[in-house]
Amino acid sequence: MKEALLALEDGTVVEGRGLGAEGYSQGELVFTTCCTGYVESMTDPSYKGQNLLFSYPLIGNYGINFEEMQSDKVQPEGIVVREACDHPSHRKSGQRLEDFLFRFNTRGIANVDTRSLTRKIAEEGTMRSAIEVGECNSTRALDLARNQPEITKRDLVSLVSTPEPYEIMGSGPTVAVVDTGVKSEIINSLTELGMHLFVFPHFTPPKNISLVGPQALFLTNGPGDPLKATPAIETVNYFLGRLPIFGICFGAQLVSLACGAKTYKLKFGHRGSNQPVKKVDAEMVRITSQNHGFAVDEESLDGTGLKVSQINPNDGTVEGVVDKDRRIEAVQYHPEAAPGPRDTKESFFSEVKGLIGDNDAQAR
Amino acid sequence: MPKRDDINKVLLIGSGPIQIGQAAEFDYSGSQACQAFREEGVEVILVNSNPATIMTDPQMADAVYIEPLTIDVVSQIIEQEKPDGIAAGLGGQTGLNLTAELAEKGVLDKHNVEVLGTPIQTIYDCEDRLLFKQKMEAVDQKVPRSRAVESVEGAQKVAKTIGFPAVIRPAYTLGGAGGGIAHDERELNDIVGRGLKLSRVNQVLVEQSVMGWKEFEYEVMRDGAGTCLTVVNMENLDPMGVHTGESVVVAPSQTLSDEEHHRLRSVAVSIIEFLGIEGGCNIQFAVNPRTGEYKVVEVNPRVSRSSALASKASGYPIARVAAKIAIGLRLSEIPNDVTAQTPAAFEPALDYTVVKIPWWPFEKFKNVDRELTTQMKSTGEVMAIGRSLGETFQKALRSLHSKQVGFDHRISELFESEQEMQLNLEIPTNLRLLAIYEALSKGKSVGTVAKITAIDPFWVEKIKQLTRLEGMIKEDWRSSLVEAKQNGFVDKQIAEISGEDLNHVEAERKKLCPPRYKMVDTCAGEFRASTPYFYSTYEKGDFNYRSPVSSVGGGQDEDKVLILGAGPIRIGQGIEFDYCCVQAVRALREEGCKTLMMNNNPETVSTDYDTADRLYFEPLTIEDVMNVIERERPQKIMVQFGGQTSVNLALPLHKKLNERNDLSSVIAGTSPENMDVAEDRKRFTALLDDLNIPHPQAGVALSRKEARNEVRRIGYPVLVRPSYVLGGRAMKIVYDGADLRRYIEEAVKINPNYPVLIDEFIENGIEVDVDAVSDGSEVLIGGIMEHVEEAGVHSGDSACVIPPQSIDSEAIELIVDYVKRISLSLEITGLVNFQFAVRGSHVYVLEANPRASRTVPFVSKATGIPLAKIAAKVMIGGKLGELGYGPGPRELDHVAVKEVVFPFSNLPGVDPIVGPEMQSTGEVMGIGSNFEQAFYKAQLAADNPLPSEGKVFISVKDKDKPRVVRLARKLIDCGLDVVCTSGTAEFLNLRGVSVTTVSKVGSGNDDILNQIKRGEIALVINTPTKGKTPHRDGFKIRRAAVEMGIPYIPNIQLAKAAGEAIGAKIVPSASTIRTVSEYHD
Repeated sequence: MKEALLALEDGTVVEGRGLGAEGYSQGELVFTTCCTGYVESMTDPSYKGQNLLFSYPLIGNYGINFEEMQSDKVQPEGIVVREACDHPSHRKSGQRLEDFLFRFNTRGIANVDTRSLTRKIAEEGTMRSAIEVGECNSTRALDLARNQPEITKRDLVSLVSTPEPYEIMGSGPTVAVVDTGVKSEIINSLTELGMHLFVFPHFTPPKNISLVGPQALFLTNGPGDPLKATPAIETVNYFLGRLPIFGICFGAQLVSLACGAKTYKLKFGHRGSNQPVKKVDAEMVRITSQNHGFAVDEESLDGTGLKVSQINPNDGTVEGVVDKDRRIEAVQYHPEAAPGPRDTKESFFSEVKGLIGDNDAQAR
Repeated sequence: MPKRDDINKVLLIGSGPIQIGQAAEFDYSGSQACQAFREEGVEVILVNSNPATIMTDPQMADAVYIEPLTIDVVSQIIEQEKPDGIAAGLGGQTGLNLTAELAEKGVLDKHNVEVLGTPIQTIYDCEDRLLFKQKMEAVDQKVPRSRAVESVEGAQKVAKTIGFPAVIRPAYTLGGAGGGIAHDERELNDIVGRGLKLSRVNQVLVEQSVMGWKEFEYEVMRDGAGTCLTVVNMENLDPMGVHTGESVVVAPSQTLSDEEHHRLRSVAVSIIEFLGIEGGCNIQFAVNPRTGEYKVVEVNPRVSRSSALASKASGYPIARVAAKIAIGLRLSEIPNDVTAQTPAAFEPALDYTVVKIPWWPFEKFKNVDRELTTQMKSTGEVMAIGRSLGETFQKALRSLHSKQVGFDHRISELFESEQEMQLNLEIPTNLRLLAIYEALSKGKSVGTVAKITAIDPFWVEKIKQLTRLEGMIKEDWRSSLVEAKQNGFVDKQIAEISGEDLNHVEAERKKLCPPRYKMVDTCAGEFRASTPYFYSTYEKGDFNYRSPVSSVGGGQDEDKVLILGAGPIRIGQGIEFDYCCVQAVRALREEGCKTLMMNNNPETVSTDYDTADRLYFEPLTIEDVMNVIERERPQKIMVQFGGQTSVNLALPLHKKLNERNDLSSVIAGTSPENMDVAEDRKRFTALLDDLNIPHPQAGVALSRKEARNEVRRIGYPVLVRPSYVLGGRAMKIVYDGADLRRYIEEAVKINPNYPVLIDEFIENGIEVDVDAVSDGSEVLIGGIMEHVEEAGVHSGDSACVIPPQSIDSEAIELIVDYVKRISLSLEITGLVNFQFAVRGSHVYVLEANPRASRTVPFVSKATGIPLAKIAAKVMIGGKLGELGYGPGPRELDHVAVKEVVFPFSNLPGVDPIVGPEMQSTGEVMGIGSNFEQAFYKAQLAADNPLPSEGKVFISVKDKDKPRVVRLARKLIDCGLDVVCTSGTAEFLNLRGVSVTTVSKVGSGNDDILNQIKRGEIALVINTPTKGKTPHRDGFKIRRAAVEMGIPYIPNIQLAKAAGEAIGAKIVPSASTIRTVSEYHD
């Protein structure tokens, strides 16, 4: 059995059992309350720069199904669990959790009191942290936790964006996707609609994007502070009013920033499969999948032309912004799910399809 | 949308007596609904026939009717009360069926009563098997291939096309009653015949079997605005083929991937939207583990046993929220009480696992078939919460049997042979989980066991890990201590496995890994919770975060009282004890105490998170209780209210607490020392002799020889039983030496640690029960109950009446005197129950039980004296005089009869006769201005209605024959036809009573058995021939009556009472259907 330590910047050091590769990982400690979907979460590029804690205590029960991966590798820096399952059972399982971590040279720590850690973060906010696996030293672990830049200072998008543009053929309208760390389920959802996709690196100049003749611009999820994604914000800015613009999660923040609104860091974010979202003018609530540490500042939307379309009844935060005139539609949650509920998938993506259709009509 | 302003008065129908398939969960949901409605200013009219419920407490609703749940009675109540709406989905299947009937008969339309929540058409769409299938096909959802049929012939045709085994599901029945799996045509004919009779609409579904597929359930909420969410999803360990109520269930699901889980969840949401359900409901899926293909099994358009479990498992109060939805509120407007800062429109996130295991009453019945099928046989269940599955499973197991502490080495004693173990693997039984452990311990591979049982290898592997851990403990317990505790091993198990001293293990464990208490908070720690609902667990290392501001009030120095609950609902220990616990908690809260509730039954009101100030959802073993005591340091601990489960903890706790100078907690009320005087026959007999109070001769025997000697001294007949009994288990009346020998062998085998008790049996005596409260100097007699059945029928199984009808005043005076003197000399503080045998003016004391008895709620409802509440107040120092209660018994100008219900129809093969072994699962109360009225109502409420026309079949043992002459004459006078087989017929005809002779069983198409099976008999009166070996014909007749749901009376005293009441048929009217308070005013 390998030793492991989890250290937090406030001096907390927790011992556990090591999982995956030996060595250390540094990142912001965040928690997700999803009970299933660990494969999707562990391969979600939005977790770049973070150590991901699962508040559900049993992780790895149904093994690893590679079809469920949201990118080509494990994205968070490290994993924190109560119990990692050594004997998974599922017809589609190709690997155990621990082997999966090994394969992608990721560190993990098990047999720690994840509920205590969750409560601590929920009360005190996310913190910088470090995980040591193998040879452990608490002084060094604390140093590692403290000697790393704040997440707001890091350019994480560059680490997860596609280095080269690529194209996915489709019979429908052409959509330009700015990849700030896109989950494969977003790509899948758009191709299911028949869209013809061009996926661009986040730094692609707008003029180059224009060359493919897009009928819409799509902003995706991504890691870290949206303010650090300057090229993508400029791209949105360029296309404002020219194309319908859509955003999911980080993408919604980029759209808001481009319109002149502000974003801020949440105390500990929203990460889970159980987050309620309500349209501002409706009684009905939908349950959504979420993974974000930053949010759009509602007050700052004044005068930007954007309106709040949806909110989270739990804390009143902005869950969607809209501008009918400029055909902007962006949501803070993940309608594509994976992990999580699919209750909003159809409504969001059919709206996307509808708005692009309007664009077609206008163009003609 | 705010609350609808056109709904100001709501009728809520309860679920009646506790029976298999419908237990305490509807008291929980109904009580929640009452509170939820009244919070919104809606007046609540409640009707339920079960007095042992919290919901029938006068303060729960604006008007409480304890009346039979029949269409006529409820129609009368509607006429009197004129409610605006009826809440159909909160009273279980009984409430739902009644609502459907009221709608069909036009009663609701006539009185303008709206069905609240889920529309009536949706109820039909879900309950009617054919409609359901069509609905599912309309939304492209697959259901198992099936046809709804209305005849046995129709069923045979269907079975030809879908093949055997075929699943039979009757429409509109309870807990799968009348259903089953038919493996061949003969079984098909039997099950379908029975199912058609039990179905309210004469319809059964013959369904293709998907046995071996995995079973999952989703609990779904939906409001009128269309917000739809799943509260929790649950995985059945046992694959399809075992009713979900019979299955070991885990929440949340463990072996579904996110993709699969959300596929099922989406399907659930779309089906519930399509069906238009408003409120709570449950949807079940079967999933093929090899392909991932799924089928929709059923939708329950109401709150259910599963929703009670889901509520306790998640902290999300489904029934409460469903009630608010029913009066127009939206999920986004209803607050989540647990977080107090977020609305109910969200899905709970769990950061623990939950395991439910059912409790089966098999030890109570001879010849019972222990196979688990699609028809429920369990009476109750336990739930455990833990952070690992090992921990949760073992907590659940020790909640079930407080003596068997989880998976331990004694499991092997349960199986006499390898074959027996193998059989329990192959056929799902109550012992399967333990058989798996045993098989794995004996070296069977995980793969083999998974294959034999069709249980996912994931689960088998989890159990395998525990067998490995057992090996590690044996090798070096100290180094595996933390892991052992994290996997649910208790100190005692570790000590027994390792051979180490228990005290040593305990000391080391406290040092190395003290228990930690986590909260059930609906949100996995995301928000600060304000609801104090805890479970214990063990974590590695010292890191333990505690919120800086605990929103849960309470330091260490308050008036804290810990109340120990009763555990699972079982025969002999039912909902009555939960009622007492809840009453005690409420009384203590009224007095300003901080109350801590500890229990493990998810169906109950006591485990509602807002019943006590803090809830500990924990097993009730000495280790678990001591851990809570050490954490909370309560001033007082109450063990009187939780039945034998908590009473059994009194002495061990008392001993532990005495050893601890650092703990000042004491057991409240009657001292454990005096409790022991009452429980210990020898000491109790000595006390009675001192007080010069008569009692049956009694003896104690540790060996067969001693037993023979004692019997010689006392004289036959004798009543023999093991000490510390639970509901009369293994109790027997013995008439001769051969009988005695047989019994002693069995009893000693059952419980080698306890001696066998032998009492003189007072034949032809009337049994009397008394519930009383004493404060140490005064005694309040709550009620004197006369049993209808003679001594020999377990007191828990006999009907009884308040006030006594045939006991003379001299005997009453003696009873009152004995109660007072014994109570005072035992220094009873709190509740005490007495049992007497009365013969003429002679009164013998049989027992004194210094604790809550199962009749406390009945007495309280019959007399209006809240005994449990008074007891709790007395136990913290209150005086009866100050509380305003005189010595009693209170004079009543009404009569109340308690009647019981039996589980015979759910237990194929069991002979439906009554005796000293308790077998009933629940009770009802009939209340009226005289005995006849009350008795008639009680029978009606027990679903044993006394007929006013048709044929009554009488067949009694010779000894009873003289006593049926008057009865038969009375029945004929009342316009009934009496039919008998030749012997009884001759006897009666000779005495001038003209009865019809019917041919004996097996003598052709028109024999009595066939007449019963064709439903031509309106009432069966059958007393079995002496001895326990049932006459073959008698057995068949009794079984047929029970299976066909024909009113059936199994003994002569009850028959006599029935004869008196039959003439007094009650037409529901304003004078016969009154609220309980009207009776008491």
